[in-house]
Amino acid sequence: MKAVFFGLGLLVYIALSSLTVIYYPQSVIAFLFFEASLLGIYYAPLSFRIQCVFTALVLLILMPVLGSVNGYYLEVAIQVGIFVALALGLNIVVGFAGLLNLGFVAFYAIGAYFWAIFGSPQANEFIPGGYFPLSASWFFVFLLLSVAVGALTGLLLGLPVLRLRGDYLAIVTLGFAEVVRALVNNLDKPINLTNGPRGITPIQRPPLFFEPLLRLLGIEADPATLYPLYFYFLVLLIVFIIVLVTRRLEDSPVGRAWKAIREDEVAAAAMGIPVVRMKLLAFAVGASFAAAVGVLFGAKQIFINPESFTFMESIGVLAMVILGGMGSVPGAIVGATAVTVLNLQLLKGLSLWLNSIRQSGLIIHVPLLGGFDLSQIPAQFEPAKYERMIFGLILILMMIFRPQGMLPPRRGGS
Amino acid sequence: MDLALAIFPQVLMDGVVLGFMYALIALGYTMVYGVLEFINFAHSEIFVIGAFVGVEVLLLLEASGNLAALHPAFILVVLLFAGMALSGLAAVGLERVAYRPLRGAPRLVPLISAIGASFFLQDFIRFIESLWRNTFYLTYPSIDVLEKTISLGEAVTIPVKSILVIATALAMLLALYLLVNRTKVGTAIRAVAQDPDTAALMGIHVNRIIALTFFVGGSMGGAAGVLFGLHYSLVNPYAGFIPGLKAFTAAVLGGIGNIPGAVLGGMVLGLMEAFAASYLSILTSGAFGAEYKDVFAFVVLILILIFRPKGILGEKVREEGV
Repeated sequence: MKAVFFGLGLLVYIALSSLTVIYYPQSVIAFLFFEASLLGIYYAPLSFRIQCVFTALVLLILMPVLGSVNGYYLEVAIQVGIFVALALGLNIVVGFAGLLNLGFVAFYAIGAYFWAIFGSPQANEFIPGGYFPLSASWFFVFLLLSVAVGALTGLLLGLPVLRLRGDYLAIVTLGFAEVVRALVNNLDKPINLTNGPRGITPIQRPPLFFEPLLRLLGIEADPATLYPLYFYFLVLLIVFIIVLVTRRLEDSPVGRAWKAIREDEVAAAAMGIPVVRMKLLAFAVGASFAAAVGVLFGAKQIFINPESFTFMESIGVLAMVILGGMGSVPGAIVGATAVTVLNLQLLKGLSLWLNSIRQSGLIIHVPLLGGFDLSQIPAQFEPAKYERMIFGLILILMMIFRPQGMLPPRRGGS
Repeated sequence: MDLALAIFPQVLMDGVVLGFMYALIALGYTMVYGVLEFINFAHSEIFVIGAFVGVEVLLLLEASGNLAALHPAFILVVLLFAGMALSGLAAVGLERVAYRPLRGAPRLVPLISAIGASFFLQDFIRFIESLWRNTFYLTYPSIDVLEKTISLGEAVTIPVKSILVIATALAMLLALYLLVNRTKVGTAIRAVAQDPDTAALMGIHVNRIIALTFFVGGSMGGAAGVLFGLHYSLVNPYAGFIPGLKAFTAAVLGGIGNIPGAVLGGMVLGLMEAFAASYLSILTSGAFGAEYKDVFAFVVLILILIFRPKGILGEKVREEGV
């Protein structure tokens, strides 16, 4: 009886919030209410099957529909998906195995450049013959290959550094990411591998292999509306696969070994867990997720340059994992969604709002302090540019007040 | 080859200046690591606060017309003390707010908090400067004496700026040496670094000594910030990240927790970097140039941590489980 009540309540909520978004397509708040419905589904005391149906309804049907009302929402959803995938990857390294990796973005960069170099004319600079860009269908091959490339670089970095103490490991991974970024930034000479700070463009997008099918169904869609939807579903698929893999790993002997190492390395070794091998595996799995997402990111952006792969990105992903709860898969998803939405929607919304009141030239009278001319707010002050402050606050406050995160992992038997 | 010889004294000078700068910053990392065994990631922002205090004092003096009127030596002393005091206080405040509540937590917890503090402070400085000056890229007003050079022989000219950096750094290192080795509080700092529990039993206020360590380390960073500003002129809130990381490298290179080690590590790293920046391009005939100097420092860091994690002079940290 209770379940039916909750189910109906949720359905009403989902319907209402979607209608609000359709009627107020510019309202950030309406969209936030819609996004919150996913959390509601997760927490509602419903059977797993019904939760799945509801989630599918929201993600597979309603989200694309709303995306066609306001394309920006689809862009937000894609970004959220990318960061969810990255956070899930970092969650394996930091959350499960307890290895603080501050250079996670390096693997993301490696994936992105891997496809960008061969999926654009860039590779012609050092491989003669004019074979490049590779045709769009190679995208999927590279997506699969990037998993291997990511895992391999993860192993290469992990092998020498995993014997280090936790805090040294953090700094070395940071150094590694800076080295990767500096290489990417400077390898436009003597051989032009990465085109340096100018970045690479145009990068091939994945092939529209389903276009004939659409035409058969009588749908004439232009690429401008098709691609965002396409990327949305692609991101969704990748996130789905990553969640599945992570869940399976979490409950496997490997996952338990990771958690044992996190809790007490010496005890884990004494129990016969091959500590270094397990740590390497965690590094490799996390890195392979990041590299795969990197390929997708490059294809979505069409243009990439080293600016997208700074230390701040690593810390942003770390903040997502920590906000959600280290070692918790739902936590990583919620954390990534919350931080991305905060960055893309709330802070930008606040910036726009401040701009509008600045232009209105209003003067606010505060007792004792006198009048404040709102047009005097410095133009430099834009909340959207204070991402670092937000990330920093998340990290400090979470560490002090709730180190286990918003949705801590369930302990004990699973 | 002629070119390589001709630029040698200049490169050596740059390396020494850079080395002292890294040494001063590295002291903050190493002293805090000595007493708390944790990487104060936000120390790079403490350094930047020093640089900003310096530029603000100079700009205020300039605006009030006192920059030319006052004696340059007096201005420099005021600048240094202001930078040291505020950076030191900022470090103490940071410890109180972001680190002390986490004492005793697993190792990575305070490190994550420190990274958060570092990011927070970067944007906080930007915020304050944006409200106050409507820009956060500031330039040090020039002081005439510092722009002069002293020539030794035909080829070698030494900028007064560089002499200022070296002389100040030496004076500060001497003062620190005396503080740590010849005074009562210095003994207390060393006692806390060796064993905080026993130190507490001996009647030492461990929290007060930790705060003091943050103040001393922070003020060294602040002085380095002022010197950095005077030497390179341009400051922005994000300017601390790379020097901070390199100073940390220097601290590790010398052996973390080891005060003479930090100075040695800073010097070695500064010289290596200056030589790499100038000679890499000559040696590889232009294929790789000065843009790789940052990579170079990080590669050094990675290599030391892998092959000699205890550093050149050996780290001074507590034995675990003792």
